[in-house]
Amino acid sequence: MNEAASVIAPDARPRLPRGVRLVHNEAQGGWVLLAPERVFKADAISVEVLKRCTGEATFAAIIDDLATAFKAPRERIQADVTTMLRGLADKRLLEL
Amino acid sequence: MARNAGRDAEQKPMAGGEAKLHSPLGLLAELTHRCPLGCPYCSNPLALDPRSEELDTQTWARVFKEAAGLGVLQIHLSGGEPGARRDLVEITAAAHACGLYTNLITSAVGITAATLHKLAECGLDHVQISIQDSEEKSADHIAGYQGAFARKRALAATVVDLKIPLTVNAVMHRANIDHLEDMVALALALGASRVEIAHAQYYGWALKNRSALMPTEEQVRRAAATVEELRRKHHGEIVIDAVVPDYHARLPKPCVGGWGRRSLNVTPSGKVLPCHAAESIPGLEFWSVREHALADIWAHSPAFKAFRGTDWMREPCLSCARRDIDFGGCRCQAFALTGDARATDPVCHLAPGHDIVQRLAAVQDDVPYAYRRQ
Repeated sequence: MNEAASVIAPDARPRLPRGVRLVHNEAQGGWVLLAPERVFKADAISVEVLKRCTGEATFAAIIDDLATAFKAPRERIQADVTTMLRGLADKRLLEL
Repeated sequence: MARNAGRDAEQKPMAGGEAKLHSPLGLLAELTHRCPLGCPYCSNPLALDPRSEELDTQTWARVFKEAAGLGVLQIHLSGGEPGARRDLVEITAAAHACGLYTNLITSAVGITAATLHKLAECGLDHVQISIQDSEEKSADHIAGYQGAFARKRALAATVVDLKIPLTVNAVMHRANIDHLEDMVALALALGASRVEIAHAQYYGWALKNRSALMPTEEQVRRAAATVEELRRKHHGEIVIDAVVPDYHARLPKPCVGGWGRRSLNVTPSGKVLPCHAAESIPGLEFWSVREHALADIWAHSPAFKAFRGTDWMREPCLSCARRDIDFGGCRCQAFALTGDARATDPVCHLAPGHDIVQRLAAVQDDVPYAYRRQ
């Protein structure tokens, strides 16, 4: 994978498209990401990231927010979140 | 983030040594067995439910509410052709109102653009449209319906206009498997975000037409290689889902995610099945939503209990390391091919009956299709 593909523009506004829904379900024991004919279990960190992907906040702002919330180094958060969001975008489960 | 969600919300082992009860994730709602198409690979049973026995709108609404209470996350609106129901919009609205994810599985024949607009307004989350081939004449021949191909193209365009995600489902068999690349190209051209390379599985009408549908080993090998190439080529553009066809595999599929474990099927007349082919196994007692609440059926229906968990297994399944991965494969297939629903699915290379599958995989008959008709 080339360098450019693994960078997300700071002014991108990530959002879950129609047909991809983050829901909390008691019976299934927590948060799940519902997508076309598949269901993903969403761990606590994924939930914090996806909750912020509303199409309003920019990628840079989301990273700033997460770095503050988790009191973690910004570069580390950016790298991890880039991987996560890129993975979802590649599956057409996220718009960047 | 983990794949294949659904932690076991209910961990309690039931009294009397019964199998652990999971929460179902998906419900397949066969709204009707009416369908204008006659695809020879249809997985509906040969004995189709007549229109007079179909559940009404209110009953489906109740079933959805009960499903949501049980932990179901996704409803697959299917059939037959769900578009044949005049109350499809009300049914979809009812599912959406329960917070359920709604997936419409359609041939596109029977759903107008106007209906799709109304469905979108009711919160429809996803649409799956089948394609029978990449080229019109062949596609309509396989579907047994002239004009089907054109209708699918038209409805796909509307789905995309409405920004509802689109999956193209391509059932693969001998007549179209060599057109796999073109079919994926068509899925892309239609604006699909996913394409399912769904090799025909032999139940119902597909079983009846098996030798007319069975691809050769060479075709299957080439198809697998093509899928890998296309995945590399189209990475990030479209998701290509494909599974090795059963009869050409060494390991069995984890059928429906395990019997009575992750999904359930409600037939047009209201019978609740652990899987769409379960009625092919003799001696199973099925309960109906007309008489029982869904939670009661899920937990207590004899048909659901029959192969839930692993206690019913024999060797080699019982002590197999893959026991909780593929659950011994498919019960219906084991019955169809060996006469014993508790047998290891002969698709498994460890099954005593594996040679049956190998023999059948080599049978290709160029005979006319027995089209699926009510």
